[in-house]
Amino acid sequence: MASVSMEHAQEHTQQGSDWQGGNEPFKASYGKLMMWYFLLSDAFTFSGFLIAYGALRFSMPTWPVPDFVFSTFPGDIHHKPLLFVTVMTFILLASSFTMVRAVQEGHRENKQGVVIWMLLTIVGGFAFLGCQAWEWNTLINKEHMTVKVNPFGTHTEAGVYIDGDGHDIKEGDTFVPGQSYLIHKHEQDWAPLKYKVTEGANAGMVKEQSFGPKAFGALFFFITGFHGFHVLSGVAFLLIICLNAATGLYVKRKNGYEMVEKIGLYWHFVDLVWVFVFLCFYLL
Amino acid sequence: MSHLTYEQSKTIATKTILILAAITVFEVIFALLGKGYLVEGFHIAHWITGGVMIVLSVVKAYLIVYEFMHMKYEVPGLVKTVLLPTLLLVWAIIAFLAEGNYWNNSRVKVKNPVAVQVEASK
Repeated sequence: MASVSMEHAQEHTQQGSDWQGGNEPFKASYGKLMMWYFLLSDAFTFSGFLIAYGALRFSMPTWPVPDFVFSTFPGDIHHKPLLFVTVMTFILLASSFTMVRAVQEGHRENKQGVVIWMLLTIVGGFAFLGCQAWEWNTLINKEHMTVKVNPFGTHTEAGVYIDGDGHDIKEGDTFVPGQSYLIHKHEQDWAPLKYKVTEGANAGMVKEQSFGPKAFGALFFFITGFHGFHVLSGVAFLLIICLNAATGLYVKRKNGYEMVEKIGLYWHFVDLVWVFVFLCFYLL
Repeated sequence: MSHLTYEQSKTIATKTILILAAITVFEVIFALLGKGYLVEGFHIAHWITGGVMIVLSVVKAYLIVYEFMHMKYEVPGLVKTVLLPTLLLVWAIIAFLAEGNYWNNSRVKVKNPVAVQVEASK
């Protein structure tokens, strides 16, 4: 029986049937192909998150202005909108470039080149994670944003402050609709400032700064956190594969440095996701 | 697999990263310019800056996927199976943003007193 089916199989192979196995219709190995499909599914996960962000943002009368929220820079520098995240973007782009170079060195079987460029990529990954840690630390510990509390509010009316305890805001300062503010925290208590409305139907009313849309904190921490976790696991895999390359494991393999290519695909994907996180959270 | 020589692919990678960096710098400057941070009193309508950002981000995504991830050098079947499913997202984006907008309108009508005041003062 067995020998009969073997013969059949051989016949088919000779006829060149596509269904007998051993073919690569996509001219890519199983591993690389599956990496592509994993990345496709991961792209849908991130899209789901970012679309949820968009839907919730559209559902709010106001939304924190990114140039106001993300305007601090290490060294106690303030009011530099988007500067720090631009630096982060450049770090990730640079690490994507070094990854391309590592893959290219792998193609020509240059072990030393692969290891050096991968190490540079790992440095880039750690630098990005360090930046993100700094950004999170500023938002959590200095500005007191949490997944449930969003101290970044936006004025919807023109008015004048009647008490001024904010670091930048003095008594008598005026503001216009659309202007952002950050509610400060003193000791354990929130200290929203009081203001008087000067224009419109509510002119003369005394109000207190209200908190910004609650969803902002949760969306920011979950989405950038999920991306950061991808970077972190990417760095872990880069380290393992770099170590394998350094010990000469891939020299012996039939498919050479294909592992470097696969982790390269993943690493570029992380960069790709950042392009859209950058777009949704910081640019728009 | 690519048919390029080592030197050729090296040049392409350098060129691609420079274009990506240039686009990023342009995006940030354009965003700040549009919102009036760079030139006093100069603004660009939000839908224009937003539209430009989205188009440029798609260009960046194209460069990353096609050059860095070598999609340009894969066979058409692979390209289609990976890229075509993402077209489903087009409708997801339109539908969910429209839904979000609807929630916002309902909120004004139903229960957020702050929002009602905003509406009244317009």
